[in-house]
Amino acid sequence: MSYPDDRKYTDTHEWVIFDPEEATIGITDYAAHQLGELVYLELPDVGDRIEAGSECGVVESVKAANDVIAPISGEVTEINIAAVEEPKKVNDDPHGSGWLIKIKPDKPEQMRDLNNAAAYEELLGEE
Amino acid sequence: MKKTALNAIHRELGGQMIEFAGHELPVQYTSINEEHRTVRAKVGLFDLTHMGEFWYEGPGALAFVNRLVTNDVAAMADGQVIYTPMCYPDGGIVDDLLVYRFGEERILTVVNGACVDKDWDWVTRHAPQGLKVTNRSDETTLIAVQGPLAEEVVRSVTDIPLEPIGFYEFAVGTVAGVKDLLLSRTGYTGEDGFEIYIPNAHAVTVWRALWPKTQELGGRPIGLGARDTLRLEMKYCLYGNDIDKTTNPLEAGLAWTVKLEKDDFIGRDALIKAKEAKPGRRLVCFDMLERGIARQHAKCFSDNVEIGEVTSGTMSPSLGKAIGLAYLASSHRSPGSEFSVDIRGKLRRAVVVKPPFYKDGTRK
Repeated sequence: MSYPDDRKYTDTHEWVIFDPEEATIGITDYAAHQLGELVYLELPDVGDRIEAGSECGVVESVKAANDVIAPISGEVTEINIAAVEEPKKVNDDPHGSGWLIKIKPDKPEQMRDLNNAAAYEELLGEE
Repeated sequence: MKKTALNAIHRELGGQMIEFAGHELPVQYTSINEEHRTVRAKVGLFDLTHMGEFWYEGPGALAFVNRLVTNDVAAMADGQVIYTPMCYPDGGIVDDLLVYRFGEERILTVVNGACVDKDWDWVTRHAPQGLKVTNRSDETTLIAVQGPLAEEVVRSVTDIPLEPIGFYEFAVGTVAGVKDLLLSRTGYTGEDGFEIYIPNAHAVTVWRALWPKTQELGGRPIGLGARDTLRLEMKYCLYGNDIDKTTNPLEAGLAWTVKLEKDDFIGRDALIKAKEAKPGRRLVCFDMLERGIARQHAKCFSDNVEIGEVTSGTMSPSLGKAIGLAYLASSHRSPGSEFSVDIRGKLRRAVVVKPPFYKDGTRK
């Protein structure tokens, strides 16, 4: 698996594509694979604030529930309704149509603290 | 970790292997949901080799097994199978198992994989001198064929007449060219189906013989993940989740398996007292009314008072909603009774419903 360079990654296996107006957040291919087939997503409401490093959602497979940790802070502008309705979409395309949350970021400097693709791949090599 | 005789086949089929009850077994092949739906609509093959097989042979076999378990082995006909708990003197459950009655002097019990060592210790500690008791768990492969089309699949590999084998009955005969195999119409899914007990050396032969018809009918191999969702939709208890040494069969809703009027058995006195006292809690089925999946050990509340704990919970693939089992104070056990579950710090509404969750199973 080669991780795309258009985004940054957290140590807790989320990704974020930065855009000053609307950043997109999801979980990595690695996380989706580790969890197994997802059956339930719990995401914040549009208008909620999420804070970098804090829980902003839950992804659940048949056997396990895992927090989604916000990579950066901001106000939620959209959630992926299609994925909420059919969580397996996240497994099918975790880096694309299986995105989870869009936010209007308000602390862009937080992007500097995240891993680029090469660093994330190195992190996975250690797991 | 033990590898079953079918290990290479699971890998060939893309099984994601995990450790379960000391065995390496597939949790899923492609998708738990798809595997689940395949068993409900068509047919699936399971490797259940982790289950344990204990044989009791010789005079006194029936009397001994009947003393170990709460259901009545003396009331069975030869060729029948029953489901039963096996209890401690205090009424807590050692394990739940199937009893196969070949005759008064030949009985087989099939126990949970995770309980084999503990059960074997329990059984041998109580066995009378001179009774031959044999643990064949490590020599026996168990393949289950489950689903509405299971009979068609099994018919393709045996001349044993299947129609006369009723639900919870068995026969012995040639299956896939292998002589003297035990075949029962039993299962843990709520669908019609068979379980086949095979000496390990012949396991691959039997699986490979079952496979073409299974595939032709749109069936697939089924992992442990779907086994769990299938059983939960039927409210079949899982030892270690819904029942254990701290729960008795009466509160688990298994009173139908406790025959207090039969000859003395281990746990009888305690269960008579428990019945007279009426259980203070009951294992109930519930649906979530709000978002979230209630998981094992989640606490249940009514008016901010704790009334119980969840023992199993999942997203039901057949019903598309979150379901679960919980021990609730008996006053809250009636269908329609609403309560809250603490799901990761948030209270979510749930309602008690009548078992089973899934009502269209084809089990006969």
